[in-house]
Amino acid sequence: MSAPTGITRVTLLKDLRLEWRSKDAINSMLFFSLLVVVVFAFSFDPTAEESRQIAGGLVWVAFLFAAVVALNQTWAREIRNQVLDAYRVSPAPPNSLFIAKVLGNFIFVSVLEALMTPLFIMFYRLRALGPAWQLALVAALGTWALVVNGTFFAAMSLRTRSREIMLPLLLFPFSSPALIAMVQATTAILNGEGAHFWIVLLATYDLVFTTVCLLLFETVLNAE
Amino acid sequence: MIIANPYLFAAYAATWIIHIGYLTTIVRRYARLKREVEEMRKAGVRS
Amino acid sequence: MKKAFPILGVLTALFLAYAFYQALWVAPTEQTMGNVQRIFYYHVPSAIIGFMLFFINFGASIFYLIKRNPAADMVALVTAEVGVVFLTVNLVTGPIWARPVWGIWWTWDMRLTSTLVLWLIYVSYLFLRRFSSSGETPLLAAALAVLGALCVPFVYFSIWFFRTQHPQPVMGGGGSIDPRMLHVLLINWLAFSCFAFLVCWARYRLEQLQREVDTAYAMESLRDPRRSA
Repeated sequence: MSAPTGITRVTLLKDLRLEWRSKDAINSMLFFSLLVVVVFAFSFDPTAEESRQIAGGLVWVAFLFAAVVALNQTWAREIRNQVLDAYRVSPAPPNSLFIAKVLGNFIFVSVLEALMTPLFIMFYRLRALGPAWQLALVAALGTWALVVNGTFFAAMSLRTRSREIMLPLLLFPFSSPALIAMVQATTAILNGEGAHFWIVLLATYDLVFTTVCLLLFETVLNAE
Repeated sequence: MIIANPYLFAAYAATWIIHIGYLTTIVRRYARLKREVEEMRKAGVRS
Repeated sequence: MKKAFPILGVLTALFLAYAFYQALWVAPTEQTMGNVQRIFYYHVPSAIIGFMLFFINFGASIFYLIKRNPAADMVALVTAEVGVVFLTVNLVTGPIWARPVWGIWWTWDMRLTSTLVLWLIYVSYLFLRRFSSSGETPLLAAALAVLGALCVPFVYFSIWFFRTQHPQPVMGGGGSIDPRMLHVLLINWLAFSCFAFLVCWARYRLEQLQREVDTAYAMESLRDPRRSA
């Protein structure tokens, strides 16, 4: 039992170290979501009351687009020196690799969210009328949904033509239930309404899609 | 004439335009494949 | 096989013509909506057939994942493609009906939104099939089809709650439908099902031929590398 978790840990630490040294993904994600924030403010020029209504959608659109940046480079790095092929012939369980990648992306996107949230609060004068701790829960569950699907679809689109376009083409429609749930939950909490239904829905979605992605990942990794 | 209702006409026409358009793509792809098969046969490909 | 197709084609065409006649002249005119309601006889069967084809796609994909049977993969491809065509018909005729009846082309009501999302999911499935390299397409597509089918209940559930919170003045009435209308609907559904079956069949034959030609090319280039260059 220690071997699979060991592989996960090693891969995860390697990815984190690589990111820590280059900071490519996190920098481009940060700048990208900053651009989304600014462009939205120009496009809609919202008042405080309006921004409370649209903030849920806005925040998640910014994070979704930024997450695609991180997700696209998840596997690209492994393909360059045939690392992925080496992994495929090795006896290491594929799911350890998948979990490592999901955790890595989860950390990247969470860091992004933590850094961007103060900016959102400042620019859009946000103040949660409902319990703020629920926002953290929604953020964690929503990010997990995006990241599990995204990592899986990034592995799928790895060997396709125009890979960078393929990922959002798959990710956006398949995550739409999760997106609706995240946006609705965030908006409900910001407006001081109950969000229990959405949180439960999001948690179920996470559970189902994580299970199925784990079941199918080996097939996808070895497809060819 | 019932079909004179513009919305009704538009909906029925659109349905058949979509279906016939799709069928046309099938027929064209099929014709192209047939041509390819002919060329291969002429070139002496065994299959 | 070769003879059956044209015969069935003619029969289906006759059946469709009969269904067309039924829809336009035999079915009673709806009291409030008038003749526009007759769009319903094309709109609803398209949706049902689209969903049926997606269901077959799901079954074939599961079968492919277990057995790795190439025929199952072809069935999955064909049903997804034809299903998207039928759902497109549904999505196009819907607004044409909504415009005179509701006064708007589109509303983000539950049924419309979920159908649109479903359409998007299967279009992205077709994109994956088109963009992936041929060797891995069947497996990737089968995995994606399973995820797509799992998405369906979530799509419905999320959009249902999303939209019942903010009710929209749509899908009114609801009440019981005139049995004669139901009869015409059934005829149109059967006729279009026959049509869908034939289209799937034609598309399946095309795919079969395509794969044979591809294999022949590959074999030839193995035998004689100079000629393929």
